Amino acid sequence: MESKEGRQVMVLEGNLAAAYGVLLSKPDVISCFPITPQSSLGEALSRFVADGLLDAEMIEPEGENSALSLLIGASVAGGRTFTSTSSQGLSFMYDAYLFTAGSRLPIVMAIAMREQVAPHGVIAGQQDAILVKDGGWIQFYAESCQEILDSIIMAYRLAEDPEILLPVNICYEGFYLSYQSQRVEILRQDEVDRFLAPVAKSERPRLCLENPMVFSSYTIPGELYTEYRYKHCAALQRAREKCDEIDREFESISGYGYGGQIEEYKTEDAEVVIVTMGSGTGTAKGVIDTKRDEGLKVGLIKIRMFRPFPEERLLQVLNRKKAIGVIDRNVFYAGFCGHVFFEMKSLLSELEQPIPVLLNFVAGLGGSDITPQSVERVIDTTYSALDGKTVKPVTWLSLE
Amino acid sequence: MRFRTDYEGPWGSCSERIDVKTGEWRFQRPVTKVAKCRECGWCYVYCPSGCRELKEGYFSANLDYCKGCGVCARVCPAKAIMLVREED
Repeated sequence: MESKEGRQVMVLEGNLAAAYGVLLSKPDVISCFPITPQSSLGEALSRFVADGLLDAEMIEPEGENSALSLLIGASVAGGRTFTSTSSQGLSFMYDAYLFTAGSRLPIVMAIAMREQVAPHGVIAGQQDAILVKDGGWIQFYAESCQEILDSIIMAYRLAEDPEILLPVNICYEGFYLSYQSQRVEILRQDEVDRFLAPVAKSERPRLCLENPMVFSSYTIPGELYTEYRYKHCAALQRAREKCDEIDREFESISGYGYGGQIEEYKTEDAEVVIVTMGSGTGTAKGVIDTKRDEGLKVGLIKIRMFRPFPEERLLQVLNRKKAIGVIDRNVFYAGFCGHVFFEMKSLLSELEQPIPVLLNFVAGLGGSDITPQSVERVIDTTYSALDGKTVKPVTWLSLE
Repeated sequence: MRFRTDYEGPWGSCSERIDVKTGEWRFQRPVTKVAKCRECGWCYVYCPSGCRELKEGYFSANLDYCKGCGVCARVCPAKAIMLVREED
């Protein structure tokens, strides 16, 4: 089927949507090692290459550590690269993951998120990606299959921007999104080419015979090390605004956007705001609609960019709101709460007028559903706290 | 901000590289017995720091970069290299 813009419209699972995003971005080198729930993404890319649709080197490594390590080599040589993984696969990449960021290589990696052992479980969660949040990468969390596809294209634009030069994760919950089929509109190749044109010819340092360079020397003095760390942090700061710009430009080509760092849903006149990240957002939006029909002024913020955390944008939207309920599908062990909540708590202390109610709801762990009923409980509980009822700051939904 | 390099990450051009004298770590140094050296070049090939240099008739280490690991002495077929502790 074709849309009126001449775009293909297909029913795709999240992994295939990601594969189409990669196909359209035309990487030079791809390397994926199979692990559930990410495997069908690597399979789809292999098929694209075998069928001659994608002119890329498809390398089958002996493990995830090699998958990312060899992309480091390809990226250092100037190539556009892609890999994907989940859970323990990501753990096995850990040293290469940090090396990629510290070397400022614009590698794009999809993470079909899965709970991290132990206990063992081939089940959805956000714990794998969230655990590497401080590895120096940019991280996006997607809500739908369409968003996965488009986010991968936007990820290359952001990663390869000469002012950014950082690797990007596109994270989406395994099973819920990796295997769920949804309607997806696929941008035309000429549209994506036009969108990625600004970075297609951008120059960055690379190893080549014509211009020999030194790369990642081991014994660098402390002050130079400090300089690299400083520049890395500064690039992450720039990535926030750049993300919004890129989103607007994407919208000018595609006709739809995602709001950049965060998506605001009915927040303008809202007094209560629910904060979500990932696939549970769709369910939550439905409940917000119902509550709106009942006359409640409730809205939603979806965190798209988790690293760097969208501080300014959130402060703008949340200023003068009365109550916030944060839904977390992940655990910040030592904080006895979720990671998004922990970020929000430190961020909101910067507001001149403190928000009276800030609550956390841990939900959807271990592949369990974030149901409309549970979101309804989140909203009702947040409202009851606003009405003066004593509510614990963190509620583990399925345990109460 | 005061920066030492124009690069964003750990990159450098070969001409303006920042020189780190790895020889400062050394606790022992290789000394070549000139008469025994046959100029076979094994030490040159094996040296992990790439600091062996061919002089007139023998190989010796550039002590600015030699870390004193002793690989050259171990591989030398003529047993022409001995290791001397720095304090000696």
